[in-house]
Amino acid sequence: MKKTLFTMAILLLVIIGCKKIMPPSPKDDELLDGPVEGLTTAETQQFLKGDIAFNDDIFTPQNGLGPIFVANSCGSCHAGDGKGHPFTTLTRFGQIDSTGNQWLSFGAPQLQNRAIPGYTPETLPSGVGFSKILPPANTGLGFLDAVSDVDIIAMSDPSDADADGISGIPNWVNVPSYCQLRSNAISQSGKYIGRFGKKGAAYDLLQQTANAYNQDMGINTAFEPYDTYSKLEVDPEVSNATVHDVVFYLKTLKTPVQRNQNDGEVQTGKQIFISIGCEKCHKAELKTGTSSIAALSNKTFSPYTDLLLHNMGSGLDDNYTEGSAKTYEWKTPALWGLGLSKNSQGGSYFLMHDGRAQSIEAAIQMHGGEGQQSNINFQNLSESDKQKLIKFLESL
Amino acid sequence: MKHLITVTFFVLYAHISFSQIDTSKVKRTPTDTSKMQLNLDAVYNRPFLQYGKIPVAIGGYAEANTQYAVTDGVTEGFSFQMRRMTLFLSSSIHRKIKFLTEIEFEDGTKEINIEFAALDFQFHHLLNFRGGIIMNPIGAFNQNHDGPRWEFIDRPISATQLLPSTFSNVGFGFYGKVYKPNYVWAYELYLTNGLNDNIIGNAENKTFLPATKLNPDRFEESFNGEPLTSAKTSLRVRKIGEFGLSYMGGIYNKFQEDGLVLDKKRRADVVAVDFNTTIPKANTVITSEFAWTFVDVPDTYTQQFGKKQHGGFIDIVQPIIKKKMFGFEKASFNAAVRAEYVDWNVGTFKETGGNIADEIFAIVPAISFRTSPQTVIRLNYRYEWQKDLLGNPAARTGAIQFGVSSYF
Repeated sequence: MKKTLFTMAILLLVIIGCKKIMPPSPKDDELLDGPVEGLTTAETQQFLKGDIAFNDDIFTPQNGLGPIFVANSCGSCHAGDGKGHPFTTLTRFGQIDSTGNQWLSFGAPQLQNRAIPGYTPETLPSGVGFSKILPPANTGLGFLDAVSDVDIIAMSDPSDADADGISGIPNWVNVPSYCQLRSNAISQSGKYIGRFGKKGAAYDLLQQTANAYNQDMGINTAFEPYDTYSKLEVDPEVSNATVHDVVFYLKTLKTPVQRNQNDGEVQTGKQIFISIGCEKCHKAELKTGTSSIAALSNKTFSPYTDLLLHNMGSGLDDNYTEGSAKTYEWKTPALWGLGLSKNSQGGSYFLMHDGRAQSIEAAIQMHGGEGQQSNINFQNLSESDKQKLIKFLESL
Repeated sequence: MKHLITVTFFVLYAHISFSQIDTSKVKRTPTDTSKMQLNLDAVYNRPFLQYGKIPVAIGGYAEANTQYAVTDGVTEGFSFQMRRMTLFLSSSIHRKIKFLTEIEFEDGTKEINIEFAALDFQFHHLLNFRGGIIMNPIGAFNQNHDGPRWEFIDRPISATQLLPSTFSNVGFGFYGKVYKPNYVWAYELYLTNGLNDNIIGNAENKTFLPATKLNPDRFEESFNGEPLTSAKTSLRVRKIGEFGLSYMGGIYNKFQEDGLVLDKKRRADVVAVDFNTTIPKANTVITSEFAWTFVDVPDTYTQQFGKKQHGGFIDIVQPIIKKKMFGFEKASFNAAVRAEYVDWNVGTFKETGGNIADEIFAIVPAISFRTSPQTVIRLNYRYEWQKDLLGNPAARTGAIQFGVSSYF
C-alpha cells in the first residue's frame, strides 16, 4: 500500500513538474499576429475562421492551385503575418504610366513564375519594365483601412506648398465593382484613393485579398473569376464567405506593440527620427474614423506612414507602376513591426519594396527623391545618434 | 468497409465465444524467443490466442492515452485518445503455407485499414513467397510498430511523417533467411502498387510520403501503372545487434493517361538504415533508424516541396527494476529517452542561397511500467522545436502524455 501511494505521489509530482516547464507564450510585443483587443464574440469567431483560411488552407493541384502561381497559401508569403521573404517575391510588369497595362495579353500585371507539374510557368517578356515586390506585413491593416479619405488628403501636399521638398499625393485608382465605397469617400475624376500595396493601388482589403487569391495562388473567386492561365471565367474555387473571413481577419489583426518605449536611447532615437525629417512621410500618428467594427473606431495609432505616394528618386524607379502613380513613386510603407521583420524573414532583413536592403541603415541610404534630404541628414549624424535612431526603428 | 466490419465482428465473436465455451482450451502462443529474431519476424512473432487444435489464432493490441500539449503557451487542454485497436488473425493452411491479417482501427473508427493480409508460401528457408497486402519493409519501425513494444506513446516522427509508417500495399515478393549459430541474415524483395502525386500536393505543405495513403484506390489499382520496389537486407549478429538497410522507390506521378503523355516519369526513392541492440549486463536497449528521401519535384513547382529530406530517431530504454511488483510476476520499471530529428526540405533557396529550414527536433524522456513484456503503462514528456521553411524562430511544443498499451 505504501509503495502504491509512493508511486502515485511520484507520478503526480512528475506531472505537476512537467506542467511548469511547458513552453511559455512569447510576449505580446514579440508577435505580429493576434487579434485587436475588444472584438465581440461573433467577431472573434470570424477572426478565427479567417485565421484558419489564411494560415492553414493549403492549395494543391487537387483543390485549385494554379495551374500557374507564385505561392500555395496565404501564410507562405506572410509567415507570422510579418514581411515576406524573397522566396515569394512577386514580379509585376507591363505598366509605365496611368494609361494602364499594355502587356495584359502576355500575362501582366503579375508574373506567375511557378506551375503545377505538367504546366509551364510564365516568363518575363524581354524588354518590359518590371518590379519585384516583397509581400508586406499584415498587421494593423484594419486601422489603415479605417483612416478617412479627408485625413489622407489633409496630409498630402501635391504642389509642395510648404516648400519642404516633400509633396505626397494619393494614388487615385479605379475601384472594382465588387468593392463597397467607404462612407464619405472622396473621388477625383471617378477614381478613389488606393491605400494597399506598395504603390497603394488597391482600394481596400477585399480587392487586395481577391487579387492575391487570383494572381498569387491561381485561385479564382466570384470577385476575380478569370483564370490566370486560360484567361477564361471559371467557377469559384473558394467561397465568398471564406474571402470575407480572410478580409475580416486582416482587418482585425492587432497593431504591433512597440518594445522598449521607456529606453532613453529609443526615446532619443525617436526625436532624431523627427528632427531629420523622416516623420514628414512616416507619420507617427494617424486616427481612424468610424468603423463597422467597434474595436477599430476612432482610435489613434502609430503606423509611421502617411499612405501617400512620394517620388523616391531614380534609384528606386523600376519602370513599372500601378494606378495613377509614377514609376518612381512609392507609397510610404508603415514602419510598425519593423524590428520584428527578421522573425518572419528567416532571421535576415529584406527591406524596401523588393527586399534589396539587408539592414535598416542600408534602407535609409537608398532613399532618394523626396527622401534624399532625410538620407543626407542621416549620413551627417554622429555614429552614436545613428545607432539611437536605428534602435528606435528596431523597437517598432 | 462492410466486409471489414463483418470480418471484425466474426473475429471478435469468435474470441468471445471461445472464452465462453471453455477457457482451458484457449492457449496463448508465446512470442518466439528461442532464436535470434529480426524486425522482419515481428509480424508473426506476436502473442496469439489459439483454441484447441483449430489452425487459426487470433490476437491484437490496443493503445489509449491522454495528453496535455502546449505550443508557445497556447493549449487545447486535455485530450483522451483511443489511438488504435488492432486485430490479428493468423491461419496455418498447410505446414508451409500460412496466412496473417492485421486490421487496424485508428482514432475510434475514423480510420479502418487492412495493414497486412498476406499468404506466405515456404519453398525453402531462403525462398518464401509472400502475396497480398504487405507492409513495405522500409526502415525497421514499419515492420515492428506494435504499440505495446514501445515505451513511447507517439510513434517516431521520421517513421510516420518522413517514411509512411505502417505503409502497406498490394503486391508480391520474396523473402528468406539464413540462420547460423552466431548470426542470422535475411532479405526481402517486393513489388507493390506504389506512390502517388499527393506526396507533393498535400495539406502538410511539404513533401510528405505518407500522403500517398490518402489514395483510397491503392489496394485496387496502381496510380500510374508502375510498381514500387521495396527491398531490405538485415543482419543480426549475436552479442552485437541487428543492422538493416532498406530501399523503396518508384515512379510517383501520373505521367500518362489514356496513352497520352502528361509529364515525364518522376521518381521518389527512399533509403533507410536501422540498428538495434541490447547492451549486455545493463540490458540497455538501443533502437535507431535514419532515412533519406529523394523526390524528383519539378524545378518549376514551388520549393515548398523539398527534393531531399532526412531524419531519424534513437531510443534508449533502460530497465531500472525487474522483479515481481504489485502482484505482477514479470514486471519491470524502465526509464527511456528518445531523440528525433527530421529535415523536411534539405536545400537552399534559389532566390537567396540561404538554408531552407522546415525541420523539427524533439526529445522525449519517458518512464514506463511493464506488468509483463506484453503490457505497458507509460508516461512521456515531449519537448519539440519546429522551424518553418524560412527558419523563423521555432515553435516550441511541450506535451505530457500518459497511456497504456497491451496485446490481448
